[in-house]
Amino acid sequence: MVGLGGTLLLFLVLPFVALLLDGGPDSILRGLGCALTWPAMRLSLGTSLTSVGLVVLGGTPLAWWLARSRWRSARWLEILLQLPVVIPPAVGGIALLLAFGRRGLFGGVLERLGWSPAFSSIAVVMAQVFVSAPFYMQAAVQAFGRLDRNLLAVGRSLGASPPRLFFRVALPLARPWLIGGAAMTWARALGEFGATLMFAGNMTGKTQTLPLAIYTALELDIHTAQALSLLLVAFAFALLLFLRRFNRNLEVSRKTAMP
Amino acid sequence: MSATSSHLSVSIDAELGPFSLQATLEVGAEPMALVGPNGSGKTSLLLAILGLIKLERGRIVLGDEVLVDKDRGIERPTEDRHLAYLPQDFGLFPHLTAIENVAFALACSSPPKNRKERRAQAMTWLDRFGLGSLANRNPAQLSGGERQRIALARALASSPKAILLDEPTASLDIEARVEVRAFLAESIRSLGLPTILVTHDVMDVEALAGRVAVLEKGRVVGCGLPADIRKSPPTPFASKFLSTPASEGVVSIPDPVIDGQFRHN
Repeated sequence: MVGLGGTLLLFLVLPFVALLLDGGPDSILRGLGCALTWPAMRLSLGTSLTSVGLVVLGGTPLAWWLARSRWRSARWLEILLQLPVVIPPAVGGIALLLAFGRRGLFGGVLERLGWSPAFSSIAVVMAQVFVSAPFYMQAAVQAFGRLDRNLLAVGRSLGASPPRLFFRVALPLARPWLIGGAAMTWARALGEFGATLMFAGNMTGKTQTLPLAIYTALELDIHTAQALSLLLVAFAFALLLFLRRFNRNLEVSRKTAMP
Repeated sequence: MSATSSHLSVSIDAELGPFSLQATLEVGAEPMALVGPNGSGKTSLLLAILGLIKLERGRIVLGDEVLVDKDRGIERPTEDRHLAYLPQDFGLFPHLTAIENVAFALACSSPPKNRKERRAQAMTWLDRFGLGSLANRNPAQLSGGERQRIALARALASSPKAILLDEPTASLDIEARVEVRAFLAESIRSLGLPTILVTHDVMDVEALAGRVAVLEKGRVVGCGLPADIRKSPPTPFASKFLSTPASEGVVSIPDPVIDGQFRHN
């Protein structure tokens, strides 16, 4: 038993050890100086933050509606919205191409409007939103679904209109879970690779995010790929620490908030 | 808090899943206690009056305002019904302080006031209930009795025209129960608004209610003065309930609200 567990643990940890130690700090620093690094970093931050913003903006009202809907189709819609989590990102990329690509289902319409999103920075955002939205949606639907219905009933009996109820009661009470969901969405958007490659391509400064830059760097120099990977690992690690800390605070505040 | 005389007339028909709720109630200045076994539809009846349960048919009139008349297609949204609703756990917003809870009710009323006016007015409400010193506390820092009083102050700040109480003393310890009961009895009397209270405690009936309605499987099977109901109880439950010696140890379980029936739109 201990042997099996220990083997798995080693297997999971060793790649990170190698990522951190292989080649030493000098080669990692040299790797960070590569011409691919900064454009990819800028693009990754810009697109992933835009994606999170869009997901939160559209996902919050959608989740509020889904959580309260008694409409049977709403349950099916929830399942459908989770689909991008379980399908391979490459499938997402193909689906996006078939929908919004130049020869896609709606590509023709978009092109006539003078807009062709495929293989642009906008396509990067579209791919990220597509694969990362479910993480926020799930957290938000659950958060709104868990709200004490008595509080909402009381709020309305006091004369609060639905928008007021949403902004003054539902949103503040659900906020901790919404932030957690947004953080996971950001991590997923930042790590997006497959759908981006298929739908947006791999053009430096335009569609080449950090994960794609790693893919490209691998053909040039593995230590550059290593350095870029470490950037993403550092980010992911910081995010995990934040979420842990945040969840602990959440536990505490929940205990004091609920009698 | 001047005594006004008004009247709440309820006649509704709703599907609850296991049975249908078909109830008719006339509530005047005398508070009406709603009693019945668990699952008889007491809480659901309150939610129906609030407009949080879908009605098949129904007519609800409060004073000279028609809140619901399904035949004429009238169904006012909950926020337009001017009903004070106090659920069993009081329903204070945990993310707002006591004074912010009261100010919430004031912000919803028209004409809109500015923040400063609302706070001042909320403070007046708290003071009136002897709660001024608790203004900046969070609900989690308050005792059950204090929470109950703040919830009532908040409900009254919204200028309601009727009061609906769901087991007002059930989640309190025995000492707080006595205190809250006395406080509620006095408040309800001085307000003179039509009041319905759901209860599992015969002490609540005696202290707070002038009349009793007995609910059984969604129907009102008896309604009258407590003494009359006691004399000829319509159901075994009513007989047992009203003959229970006035005890403080009544254990009550909230009515299960049938899932999915609860709606907010």
